[in-house]
Amino acid sequence: MAEFSPTVNPPSAPVLETSLWRVRLRLFMRSLRTNFGLFAENPIGLVGIGIILFFLSFTIIHPLLMKYVWDPVMFDPVVGYDMTIPFHPAPPSEVHLLGTDPLGRDVLSQLMWSTRSEFILGLVTALVTVLIATTIGALAAYFGGVLDTLFMRLADIVIMMPYITILIVVSALFDLQLIHLAIILGLLGGLGGTTIIIKSQALTIKVRTYIEAARVAGGGDWHIILNHIIPNLLPLSFLYMMFSVNGAIASEAVLSFFGLLNIRMSWGLMIYTASYSGYLLDFQKWWLIFPASVSISMLCAAFYLVGRALDEIVNPRLRKR
Amino acid sequence: MRRYLLSRLAQNLLTFFLFLTVVYILMDAQPGDFGNLYLSDPRLTPQQRQALRANLGLDKPVLERYFIWLGQALRGDFGISFSNYPRLVLDVIAERAPRTIILFLSAVILSYFIGFLAGKILAWKRGGWGEYAATIGGVGLYTIFLPWFALMMVWFWGYTLKLFPIGKFLDPVLWRTAPVNANYVFYRMLITAFIASVVMFIWLLYARRLDPAKRLPASWIGVGVVFLAVIGYWLSTGVGRFAADIFHHLTLPILTLATANFAGTMLLTRNSMLETIREDYIMAARAKGLPEKVIRDKHASRNAMLPVVTAFVLAVAFILDGGVITETIFSWPGMGLTLLNAALVEDIPMVIGALVFTGILALTGHLLADILYAVMDPRIRYS
Repeated sequence: MAEFSPTVNPPSAPVLETSLWRVRLRLFMRSLRTNFGLFAENPIGLVGIGIILFFLSFTIIHPLLMKYVWDPVMFDPVVGYDMTIPFHPAPPSEVHLLGTDPLGRDVLSQLMWSTRSEFILGLVTALVTVLIATTIGALAAYFGGVLDTLFMRLADIVIMMPYITILIVVSALFDLQLIHLAIILGLLGGLGGTTIIIKSQALTIKVRTYIEAARVAGGGDWHIILNHIIPNLLPLSFLYMMFSVNGAIASEAVLSFFGLLNIRMSWGLMIYTASYSGYLLDFQKWWLIFPASVSISMLCAAFYLVGRALDEIVNPRLRKR
Repeated sequence: MRRYLLSRLAQNLLTFFLFLTVVYILMDAQPGDFGNLYLSDPRLTPQQRQALRANLGLDKPVLERYFIWLGQALRGDFGISFSNYPRLVLDVIAERAPRTIILFLSAVILSYFIGFLAGKILAWKRGGWGEYAATIGGVGLYTIFLPWFALMMVWFWGYTLKLFPIGKFLDPVLWRTAPVNANYVFYRMLITAFIASVVMFIWLLYARRLDPAKRLPASWIGVGVVFLAVIGYWLSTGVGRFAADIFHHLTLPILTLATANFAGTMLLTRNSMLETIREDYIMAARAKGLPEKVIRDKHASRNAMLPVVTAFVLAVAFILDGGVITETIFSWPGMGLTLLNAALVEDIPMVIGALVFTGILALTGHLLADILYAVMDPRIRYS
């Protein structure tokens, strides 16, 4: 990296009153405040944040409930059983607020326990997707040539794949666990559509004047990519994290619903349990299917809403005038 | 234009080969192979096992096996399905594929048509709680857990209202005395639908050139005549009620898929319209004093259509995925259900055959959508 030579630095440079990191922090806080103001203008984003926080609170409440309120044996989400009730699935009661499933386990406990794995799945998928997409997008846009052609053709191929179908086949051939699924989904997302979008954004950044300025000042390729292109891509990357979380949760739910994943408990698996016990169309026993389905739909919708609200910040053309 | 299409075609062929390679890698990477099937049988001597492996071609190097498999796949030879023994995989696919294609095609056309209309109107009515309600409703439908949504549709329309059958392809009680088999009737239905849509399309193209005052009645009369002709033809064949039975079973899956998919198109159209409205030519149209409806339908929406078509190009594979779920819930015996059932009982030849076929369908869909895109956007044709 060709650093700018420090010899031209005048010895009598004025001493900065505040240190550089403070200035940066203040700038960062200010932009955060403006952006949050923009975000808060739009109620749909706040609704999304609210729903996400609601589900996030489950991950904290559940261990506490297990420790202080619920009997840890009876309320275990995987191996629990309530012996005081003669027939399962039992309707909601004071002990079991959402009833029990056909195997005698508490539905609310399952629902709350699964939330954590949904968040882990979503987070890992989103991180893998965005890490790959941002790196490839920035490199392909900056260097162009063979690298660009290779990855863009690859992306063209990946977006054509019917990926639930492929995941069904993969889970039939291999023993899939949650973390494998997260990585596969992240790879499919990161090499596919997200890369194309991030690369096209990187192309518009590459031709800006401050990139020229950085190059004239002697900045090397990696310096420009790391310090100028990637930081400007991050808002868009963050936006696509939201959308990939939403896709990951939905895919996991569908695969578990078909009984194809090797996991202990998840929302999709709760519906699968109801399905193989023969309660799939028995809407009288709504507590078997509705809580899990509503949770899946609501959490997906929440991430999507937040994504849309962020879209209006990142993409100013959509803003209301 | 020709160069664009040729390059697209070449790219699609290349993609198809890569897809086949990926499928082969998946198949080869699975733990164990068919040579290990009788491993637990103590009577099998090592020599016999060796002979079994040699018979199955498993002793050959990977690359050779790959090329053998590729050759067979290209000839459409995927072996015999275990779960449909002794039928060939290709035979099963040939029977089930049209059912998937018809379901998927009708749902896609319906959802994009409704979604585009709805998004257009939504963008024009900016602000207020109506917009938030439509957005949240749209997002809700877009992100809803599809199996649950399909179940609710079955419960509501099939179980509570009893308007539609709960699932399956046909009603066995009715078909017990049928003079012909289901595939015969279904293929006839496909041919009729194809001819009817071609005739209707040509008529609508013709009607567009008529006097503006006559345009609307003329197109409606044309559509009505085609409908009457189709109904008349089926009444005259004598198997009309069997066709009606299949159609009756087909309606609810199509409605479900279309409802679940239209919201995405609606939201996208709205966004695209909002960007188009800011263009200068919209202001020019307003300045000319054109009515709002003309500005919306002729100036804004036609330009806003391009991203929607792009999304359509990208969505082909996803809608096929949705088809798997819908087919499973409705027990519609198409490719998706076949693939899932084969996957659950580890009928590997059937799984691979169905996966390759789904890949072909997705690729063909992409190619058609690309051609459509080139027809609609001159910038693509001439670059």
